[in-house]
Amino acid sequence: MPEMYIARSSAIAARMLAGEMMVMNSADSTFFTLNEVATAIWKAADGRTPLSQIVRDHICKMFDVEYSKAQADAERFVADLAGHGILLVSDRPFVVEQAQ
Amino acid sequence: MTLMAEVGQKAFDLGVPLAVHLDVTYRCNERCVHCYLDHDDHGEMDTAEIKSVLDQLAEAGVFFLTLSGGEVFLRRDFFEIVEHARRLLFNVKIKTNAVMIGTAEAQRLRALNVDTVQISLYSHRAEVHDAITKLPHSFERTVKAVEFLRDQGLRVTIANVLMTANLVDQYGVQKLAAELGVHYTVDPTITPMMDGDMSVLALRIPGEELAEVFRNPALVPNQDEFCAPPPPPSDEDLEGYSCSAGHSFCYISPYGDVFPCVQFPLPTGNMRRQTFLDIWNHSPQMNEVRSIQARDLTTCSSCSHVASCSRCPGLAYMEGNMRGPSTADCEKSFYRTGMPTANMLRQGLARPQSAATRSAPLVQIQPVVALA
Repeated sequence: MPEMYIARSSAIAARMLAGEMMVMNSADSTFFTLNEVATAIWKAADGRTPLSQIVRDHICKMFDVEYSKAQADAERFVADLAGHGILLVSDRPFVVEQAQ
Repeated sequence: MTLMAEVGQKAFDLGVPLAVHLDVTYRCNERCVHCYLDHDDHGEMDTAEIKSVLDQLAEAGVFFLTLSGGEVFLRRDFFEIVEHARRLLFNVKIKTNAVMIGTAEAQRLRALNVDTVQISLYSHRAEVHDAITKLPHSFERTVKAVEFLRDQGLRVTIANVLMTANLVDQYGVQKLAAELGVHYTVDPTITPMMDGDMSVLALRIPGEELAEVFRNPALVPNQDEFCAPPPPPSDEDLEGYSCSAGHSFCYISPYGDVFPCVQFPLPTGNMRRQTFLDIWNHSPQMNEVRSIQARDLTTCSSCSHVASCSRCPGLAYMEGNMRGPSTADCEKSFYRTGMPTANMLRQGLARPQSAATRSAPLVQIQPVVALA
């Protein structure tokens, strides 16, 4: 299975509110709030760190969850946000610097 | 409740400034007959100061940022400001007359992923629009800009301020917006000028005409509910607050002055001397504004409209008492429902006293730096 790299789309607006990340896509005004786990993945989506490493280093450690389950959940979450244009997904690292 | 409404309520309850309106200049290339601003530069914040303001707003949790003026594109550094705002991940809305927007500007706004561009358009007839803006050919330039922006895929809203001069044109502007494929919004609010000149209030739509606006199904789809006589207010209604001003929203002038709202000229601090969070959290004026519940209102607490009225505490403040009624909103409540307000009954009026004919002095926005 190839590595998955994730980057935040430059089209989005985002801000933390009471522990949850608000995210809005300017392209279609879709608005999300991300829970703690999703927020941790979103914050770590720098385009250079493989998703598997994000899950291992952030999710498993922060939330005391088994790797295989966390990875499966993370992949579903990434697919969902990618479908809404919030995250970009690639099988190789992104070269464009993230806005933030 | 929608997710957006839930988030708004959460920010309100927590006292997080979810949305801020920042005027980057009061200078303008139009001279609209109803405008409340003067158009001089009394010492605008420079680029570095505005970037610092934006940094502080992001840190404070502001998500929705409206950049307005004056005409924002008169600032040579405007794109630098927008770029900085987007780098900080604000949801950016821009209010403009758009006459300086060509294809290149539209492309740049698209590239910066601005959420919405709101453009003032007063009529579908060039001669009426140009007579209001006092800028020849402004209609043509504004409509072209709407097309440039739309063609870039940007979300555009035409904002139609209604006044006596263009009242009959509201359907025409609405139709033009539909033809252009953009959103349309209407606002019948005319506020006094910031120098205290109230002559512009003569442009306000007379109350009888307001009833027409409220009964336009294209503008107000839920007529029956919107125009229904208000039910008696509950205890919960009396514990409510007027609006988000000072709770989850505030206004910052080009001089760094912070107010509860763009329409609420109560100075609460200045960002050239204080941090934003210091003003937001500790300003006595800001705290006073956010302490006022419906039960504390001098006349309105006994009004049957208290739960459904659009009462603006800023307009009430301009009339001399932020806990008092706002005559313009009394007028709206009456013409919306046909039921007199407590303020009218107190004065023995069968019909509202038009806000346009009031002669009492009104409080106005004055730059805090100029007063210091």
